[in-house]
Amino acid sequence: MRIPVSALLGMSITTIFVLIAIFAPWIAPYPIESAVGKVWENPSTTYWLGTDTIGRDILSRLLYGAQVTIFVALVSSLLAFSMGAFFGFLAATRGGWIDMVLSRAVDLMMAVPSLIVALVVLSVLPLNLTVLILVMGILDSTRVFRLSRAVAVDIAVMDYVEAARLRGEKQGWIIFREILPNALSPLVAEFGLRFIFAVLFISTLSFLGLGIQPPLSDWGGMVRENKDGLVYGKAAALMPALAIAVLAISVNLVADWVLQRTSSLKGGRGA
Amino acid sequence: MHPLLKLVVQRLVLGLLLLLAVSVVIFLGVEMLPGDTAQAILGQSATPVALANLRAQMGLDQPPWVRYFTWLAHALQGDLGKALTNNKDIAHAIGQRLGNTLFLAVCAAVIAVPLAIGLGLIAARHHGRWPDKLISGVTLAMISLPEFVAAYFVIFLLTQVVHVFQPVSMVFPGMGFFAQLKAVALPMIVLVMVVLAHMMRMTRAAILNVMQSAYIETAELKGLSPMQVIWRHALPNAIAPIISVVVINLAYLVVGVVVVEVVFSYNALGQYLVDHVAKRDLPVVQAVGIIFAAVYIGLNILADLIGIIANPRLRHPK
Repeated sequence: MRIPVSALLGMSITTIFVLIAIFAPWIAPYPIESAVGKVWENPSTTYWLGTDTIGRDILSRLLYGAQVTIFVALVSSLLAFSMGAFFGFLAATRGGWIDMVLSRAVDLMMAVPSLIVALVVLSVLPLNLTVLILVMGILDSTRVFRLSRAVAVDIAVMDYVEAARLRGEKQGWIIFREILPNALSPLVAEFGLRFIFAVLFISTLSFLGLGIQPPLSDWGGMVRENKDGLVYGKAAALMPALAIAVLAISVNLVADWVLQRTSSLKGGRGA
Repeated sequence: MHPLLKLVVQRLVLGLLLLLAVSVVIFLGVEMLPGDTAQAILGQSATPVALANLRAQMGLDQPPWVRYFTWLAHALQGDLGKALTNNKDIAHAIGQRLGNTLFLAVCAAVIAVPLAIGLGLIAARHHGRWPDKLISGVTLAMISLPEFVAAYFVIFLLTQVVHVFQPVSMVFPGMGFFAQLKAVALPMIVLVMVVLAHMMRMTRAAILNVMQSAYIETAELKGLSPMQVIWRHALPNAIAPIISVVVINLAYLVVGVVVVEVVFSYNALGQYLVDHVAKRDLPVVQAVGIIFAAVYIGLNILADLIGIIANPRLRHPK
């Protein structure tokens, strides 16, 4: 199996980001919350990426921000994934009114853009990590539901599933032992896309001031903190923006490759 | 009744039902969540008596469905209630801002649509060669960016590196059309970027899809020139998917516009929404949320209808 250069590049950058997130406390040169320099200092050997609106080191905040952004995105996309896939498989195997109710509910949720739904919901709920992860996870599970239901409907009519049913296997066995292993490869590619979506979503919410709240801070929030500097030609806000862009593009490259591989496995029907 | 007309009516009714269902979810779903408007207004230290009084005054002691129907009846008459934060009429505030949002969105659409189709055609025409790879690569990168990140890159480039524009977009009543146009230039560029990428990629996919069909091969084999093949055989068949791609992507503008307005402090509906989410002003959020939902649903149904009308097989169902 040959891995294309773009996918390899995407994988290595993603890995670096994850390592940064894990080891942030050890590699960050300065503490996250203390003002170590003057306000809006330009990049120098002391402050590699300069300082922010109240004199905190941008590089250090960027490294800690990676922790929050990647953690929230990962947990919410895992949630979206397990919920969406479970209900999708359930709808496909059970059919009937369960399928009907679940599908219509998902249709309803997808009839409105997720950002709008999130804004409405977050105007009532308290803004904390758990709420954010739950809201993002549930909203995003609708897309996973559609995909996994579509994939599982194809698989559920296969002979081996029929055989398992006739053997008297339970629902759980059929979902986890018969359908899941065969539906895995399109779902893995989808996971990458869901993860990027979650990164963009949490960054956007934080940028709007409705995501991660201080003292925690993520990349979207950092753009918000430092946006006023742009008017004076200070590029501080662009650093976290760049980080979001690079992470999103590199995961996209990997997902793109997995997607192409799975579609060629199915006889090259294309995406 | 003509079957086509019947289909159209069916879709419209379906869309209205969907909108009604969405309004129920936005209203009642939010009610079910933990959180209390009266508490939010009076703060944590409010006495139980004060809370009860305020609830009675706002009608919060009524059962939810009663409040929903009261709200719906008022909303249908154009009365969206008053904002909790400043007690001003919501419908009036929305009316002032809706125009600004539409102006921005329409300007962006007017530029983005022809550009996206043009680029999509070029990419599909040179499928697999460098123009295609260049266009596809750049648009893939653009899709990966959230709207506000794209916005700040554009701002930095056009206000700091090259001094062309002002970083803040102020529009006020009485401004001339061209002055207004100049003021929204920067947010417009960002919105165009955001929509363009999706629209162009889907246009390209739609054309490539048609180009792979058997009748295109037949047309090529009977010796038509490539231009004739595209013009006479590919385009008539690709036009329906392209139009629905365009309309679906205009629906994306709904989300883009919210973020872009905040970035540029552009006084319009999206900014109004985000401000009042932060202030926890539920009536405003519900009203604006439903307007955005209605536009989104409306555009999606329009895409659906165009798809049906343009497709002969659906136009004359067996």
